[in-house]
Amino acid sequence: MEHLIKDGTFDHHGYLNMELLRFTTAGSVDDGKSTLIGRLLYDSKSIFQDQMEAIEKTSEQRGEEYVNLALLTDGLKAEREQGITIDVAYRYFATPKRKFIIADTPGHIQYTRNMVTGASTANLAIILVDARNGVVEQTYRHAFIASLLQIPHIVICINKMDLVDYSQEAYDKVVEQFKHFSSKLDVQDVRFIPISALKGDNVVERSETMSWYEGPTLLYTLETVHIGGDHNLIDVRFPVQYVVRPMSDEYHDYRGYAGRVSGGVMKPGDTVMHLPSGLTSKIAAIKTIDGDLDEAYPPQSVTVLLEDDIDISRGDMLVRENNIPDQGQDIDIMLCWMSEKNGLQPGGKYAIKHTTRDARCVVKEILYKVDVNTLHRIQDVNTLTLNEIGRVRIRTTVPLFYDEYRQNRETGSIIIIDEGTNNTVAAGMIIK
Amino acid sequence: MSYSLTHLRELEAESIFVMREVAAQFQNPALLFSGGKDSILMVYLARKAFWPARIPFPLVHIDTGHNFPETIEYRDWLVNEMGARLIVGHVEDSIARGTAVEERGINASRNALQTVTLLETVEAHKFDAAMGGARRDEEKARAKERFFSHRDEFGQWDPKNQRPELWNLFNGKKHIGEHFRVFPISNWTEMDVWQYILLENIPLPKLYFAHEREVIERDGTFISTHPTWVKLRENETVSKRMIRFRTCGDLPITGAIESDADTVEKIIYEVATTRVTERGNRADDKRSETSMEDRKKQGYF
Repeated sequence: MEHLIKDGTFDHHGYLNMELLRFTTAGSVDDGKSTLIGRLLYDSKSIFQDQMEAIEKTSEQRGEEYVNLALLTDGLKAEREQGITIDVAYRYFATPKRKFIIADTPGHIQYTRNMVTGASTANLAIILVDARNGVVEQTYRHAFIASLLQIPHIVICINKMDLVDYSQEAYDKVVEQFKHFSSKLDVQDVRFIPISALKGDNVVERSETMSWYEGPTLLYTLETVHIGGDHNLIDVRFPVQYVVRPMSDEYHDYRGYAGRVSGGVMKPGDTVMHLPSGLTSKIAAIKTIDGDLDEAYPPQSVTVLLEDDIDISRGDMLVRENNIPDQGQDIDIMLCWMSEKNGLQPGGKYAIKHTTRDARCVVKEILYKVDVNTLHRIQDVNTLTLNEIGRVRIRTTVPLFYDEYRQNRETGSIIIIDEGTNNTVAAGMIIK
Repeated sequence: MSYSLTHLRELEAESIFVMREVAAQFQNPALLFSGGKDSILMVYLARKAFWPARIPFPLVHIDTGHNFPETIEYRDWLVNEMGARLIVGHVEDSIARGTAVEERGINASRNALQTVTLLETVEAHKFDAAMGGARRDEEKARAKERFFSHRDEFGQWDPKNQRPELWNLFNGKKHIGEHFRVFPISNWTEMDVWQYILLENIPLPKLYFAHEREVIERDGTFISTHPTWVKLRENETVSKRMIRFRTCGDLPITGAIESDADTVEKIIYEVATTRVTERGNRADDKRSETSMEDRKKQGYF
């Protein structure tokens, strides 16, 4: 963090004004993902001396020629023994411009489940492609998942450029292959960067050997990509999370509706409608311990007071009366199945969580399954198993207040829970 | 008007959201309070989450009996300041009951025993969720920890059987006898915590600030002297130095660094220029490369 020091003092102002970017990294086994993350951490001076000494020692013991930066991100004993990562791990680093949270997801069979998990909160996805192999089946899968989860920005890093003599031809081929495929996907912003994670080209420092590439480095891209538009600021959605009732003399009749703004901008004086009742009231105040707010927007956690006494509890939602979400019990969702034990059963009953609402559902129909490598729809399926993605129709026990996932990642997402084990068995994106 | 939050306000909003989920999803949650800056941060965030109501869960302190007196003094002040409820679980009670056995030898510590007392306290008070101030940036084994971490009826953590955590949909469903550890500040880094302490003007125990103290140099760090808990080893001498502590663990095993940082600003400067992780001064983590993972499996925070 030495780079946050300017003229012998710490740049507090700069630090306090940084934005947060969450990104996920995807790549096949041996695409050099761990090396890339190690390189980002190392070149941005986010590695401590004791961490560096520990991996130097390990690299030496293993007889490796250079310090293996991939060791920085190898977490658990089991995976160190097997030499693979087995779960989503989160890493942190900061530059003077932004703070970053990396959801590091591994590249083997449990991949889809892990990538979906990492992608669910990401603003940006890095997809690694080995320059020697070009776009492979897994690249398609990664891109499809990124589009399915509506990650706003995708960066294709063409890695191992040092092994193809830094050839522009190899780079161009990947760009062309990927563009051909991505025209079928729902993605807004795709960028391409030729890199060598091992040698450091175009990761943090500009490459001296690829003068034909005039675009920015990966780090510069991460620092500057516009993330202001990543939240829905149009449709007011306030799922009530908790009712604050102090029960004290000072705040005798206080009923505060605590929650996190999931969409839109709320202001005192705004007329809001309560769902499910349909009753309307005005926002009397937006409270925080640091004072009342003039407005609240995603992803702030606030407490809302209303002018009228309406019976409101957790799981309800406040919206604008002229802009209400869909309400209903028969819902189509794109489901990613995550349980290795049991597949999705048509007719099966599950618990669900949607915004702050708990409910149960029954699976009415599996409409189709998606071949994640070709995007083909496979009809007449009777189950979804681990890592499979398909469109499913469910009926819920109570109405949900929802938006299409494309419109709002928070009011359009759902998790499915096995009622026997209580495990989360699927992630769902609401289609309609 | 740009509708974007700074990263610290976004982290604050996330932690408040998680704490409110805990209050809503569990019958009997608790906040584990160690006296360190991370758990102090948690108490201040909890106050924000539920204000103007009081914090709707007790603070639980697992007292090893080997605390710095400054930690206890601060704890009692904070509990009073917040109007919070405090529950103390004593490691000495577990030793007296025979459920925990005091370690012997020159590296003896009560760190491992803490786990026993913690699980006994959770059981005695029937807590179904215990919030801790662990951060994912602290240590490799914590990088994969969930916000909501499921524990079986023995309080154990199984790294291979953790629920996927998607969006902000936290699944706290459980069977009778099972409980959860919840980590609301998972996404904060050490620097974030310090910056927030500065931003919000949060008071801290004196141990964090530079002060003169009699210490023993041991394994590249400085250990506080103590008449009974710390025994002088061969070739060791006591000297008076200007030091401060980067963490508030047990007195006999918490190493200090030489420092003249007596304000939060100076500490931040020091943190930014330091090249060793904060756990680098803790003897318990140095025992083996996987010591944290092993302790977590047994039910450590």
